[in-house]
Amino acid sequence: MQQIQNQQYVISGVGGQGVLFITRLLAETAILKGLPVFTAETHGMAQRGGIVLSHLKVGNFYSPLIRPFQADGLIALKAEAFEAHKHYLKPDSWAVVNKKQVPRQTKNSSFIAIDANHLAQKIDNFRSINLIMLGFAMAKAGNASNLFCTSQDLEIVLSQRLANNKNFHHTALKAFNTGFSEGRNE
Amino acid sequence: MPERKLMLGNEAIARGLVENGCAVATSYPGTPASEILSAVAAEQKQNRLSMHTQWAINEKVAFEIAYAACITGLRSAVSMKQVGLNVASDPLMSAAYMGVKKGFLIISADDPGPHSSQTEQDSRLMAMMAKIPVLDPDSPAQAKKMIELGYTLSEAFNIPVMIRPTTRVCHARQDVILEEIVFVKNLPDFEKDPLRWAATPKFRFQLHKELEQKLKAIAAHLATAPLLLNPEAKADNAIVVSGVAAAHSKELLKELGLWGKIPLYQVLQPYPLHTEFKNHLLNDYTNILVIEETTGIIEMQLADHAKIKGKLSGMVPVVGELLPEIIEKLICDFCEKEYSPVDLPQVPGKRPTLCAGCPHRASFFAIKKAAPKGIYPSDIGCYTLGLNFGAVDTVLCMGAAIGQAAGFYHAHKNEEKRPDIIATIGDSTFFHAGVPALIDAVVQNVQFVLVILDNRTTAMTGNQPTPASGVGVLDEPLHAVDIAALVKGCGVSYCKTADPYELQDFIKLLKKAVQYSRAKGPAVVIARHPCVLNISPAERKAFAIPVKIAKECDGCGYCVKHFECPALSLNETETKVILDQLLCIECGVCLHICPKNAIIPQKE
Ligand code: SF4
Ligand code: SF4
Repeated sequence: MQQIQNQQYVISGVGGQGVLFITRLLAETAILKGLPVFTAETHGMAQRGGIVLSHLKVGNFYSPLIRPFQADGLIALKAEAFEAHKHYLKPDSWAVVNKKQVPRQTKNSSFIAIDANHLAQKIDNFRSINLIMLGFAMAKAGNASNLFCTSQDLEIVLSQRLANNKNFHHTALKAFNTGFSEGRNE
Repeated sequence: MPERKLMLGNEAIARGLVENGCAVATSYPGTPASEILSAVAAEQKQNRLSMHTQWAINEKVAFEIAYAACITGLRSAVSMKQVGLNVASDPLMSAAYMGVKKGFLIISADDPGPHSSQTEQDSRLMAMMAKIPVLDPDSPAQAKKMIELGYTLSEAFNIPVMIRPTTRVCHARQDVILEEIVFVKNLPDFEKDPLRWAATPKFRFQLHKELEQKLKAIAAHLATAPLLLNPEAKADNAIVVSGVAAAHSKELLKELGLWGKIPLYQVLQPYPLHTEFKNHLLNDYTNILVIEETTGIIEMQLADHAKIKGKLSGMVPVVGELLPEIIEKLICDFCEKEYSPVDLPQVPGKRPTLCAGCPHRASFFAIKKAAPKGIYPSDIGCYTLGLNFGAVDTVLCMGAAIGQAAGFYHAHKNEEKRPDIIATIGDSTFFHAGVPALIDAVVQNVQFVLVILDNRTTAMTGNQPTPASGVGVLDEPLHAVDIAALVKGCGVSYCKTADPYELQDFIKLLKKAVQYSRAKGPAVVIARHPCVLNISPAERKAFAIPVKIAKECDGCGYCVKHFECPALSLNETETKVILDQLLCIECGVCLHICPKNAIIPQKE
């Protein structure tokens, strides 16, 4: 098994945005890399448009939950989800937020905003905000920390998962890459 | 190398069932247990297993089907959420006395928090009341292992066994190692034994005595005995944990540098607590911290309360989920380690709401128009969210909309000016527990309107079929029961079916139903339109009515407040309502709701 540092990430948004989908992609990527993984997810009533939250822990853990001030990174598919969950972040962490303006910069942390709604509109795929955000996070956090996976790893898993659905596969990759290049270009 | 697969706790439980030769699996959907049965069905399909899997009409029936299978000599299991166990508690209590012939598991998923439930009740207390053993997994991987442990235990003592996962096990994902599926040849063989399977009270006394003996022996059963996780730690005090609190505590002790310092015991079987373990704890330690969710079941069984720090002593919270940050404080306090409390800002979250285009929203709007001053008892499902716009006054438990409607009627009936009563219930909930209550309302001539919100599915828990769907958990064709015929069969004379999307007509129909109920007796309206999650984009396109906001909109907020479609919003900086094209599904219902007619079709 590959040696890595334990890593903890929070992914949040509102019900229906596909928080679960990208959490699962990341978790499956961890398995592809031979790493132990835990997630904790929101199901039930909150999925009807309420705030939903996933915890993702890669490495040697027993508990599926992240405590406040322990997360290495946060992907927020909505600005209000960032407000609700930023207390999970530890100092020196990163966050990518789907928002028009850059949120308040906190000491030692890098919070980066991206207007994913606009990008989704541009590629004419309203349902792809989650993948745009994931691509963007990979571009930004990939450099910043020793993330457990690369964007190539994620693309492999995405392709495996959507192998039976050519159309969706194509648009999903496009969304992921749109977010990724946006992150690289800045 | 064995295959490692990312699995939801509920999928791991399902995998455990098929690996261990479960031949009959039944359930009624409920968060956080819903995915167990669909995952069993997926395994069944993929591995071509000959077994019976089904959604039952309710948990009681699900229990009885699976229990009967086990007394024919087949391994079986029933799964449900904790409040579902209330519904199945009648057969549970009795099955405990009669015992089993082959392994029988009751999987009852608890929801500390609660995240998606009416209560935080602890199913382990139900196991205690029924006098059956219960296993308490800490993770998806352990939940899978406990299926095997549970079946062995059940067969060793001829007793039903409960597995009690919680939300954090059911809805956690983990890499789980797959074991081979054992293909057992299932040969049912029901041996008649009326003294046991139909025991009269005299024999029940005997069975109860046997049950007590079984419990004594189970409290010494090695395979489920508590584990000392860190034998190297020696101290005067100890910590005892179970369920997901055990997972949090293991991680915390390591992080806090206490792993080698304080003994940590994990209880796998909270009831009956192992006798030797109880004695060891009470004899060898001065203080014992017990962390478990949600009731102090382990604690209750440790007789010397002076030594125990837990829920009964007031140290461990009795309400709410034991989040790792809460456990961190408990452990630090108990071990006299410094702990700096974290101050978390309370950010108001976005409240859940019905989906854009949800047919229930149209029904609720119509109900408020037809009986503006009515009393609105409702029920469990997506439509509980009707309380956001004041169309739901009460939510008690499955099926209670009708029983409570009757109660409101009887309470008010001698008044001169009676309020109208309009109850709402979903199609699946009507089948589950509404039918007996409706018959009762007919017998007592309760003057109320029942709106059955028939969206052709069990939406809240992930769109499982209902008895009216005509398909099963494997997508196999089944018989369908017609709701209107059922309503008429209950003795209701007034029963109409209509589509709430045709809002104007629907309001008219409801007004007539209200008139009828005032003069005559129960009136039922079946509001039929499929859940938007079950409509394909192509179907949707065919019926789409694109809308726009006209300049007549003065931002009064009426639509936002009384209709609350997530695609319509109003913020402080705007003077007009904004239509979110991303969310709007072009159902066109909102065309009828603006008092100023400012929501108009895109094409004239
Ligand atoms: S899932 Fe279906 S029933 Fe539930 S809110 Fe959405 S549209 Fe309505
Ligand atoms: S047409 Fe109106 S009611 Fe229907 S989804 Fe769009 S905004 Fe909501």
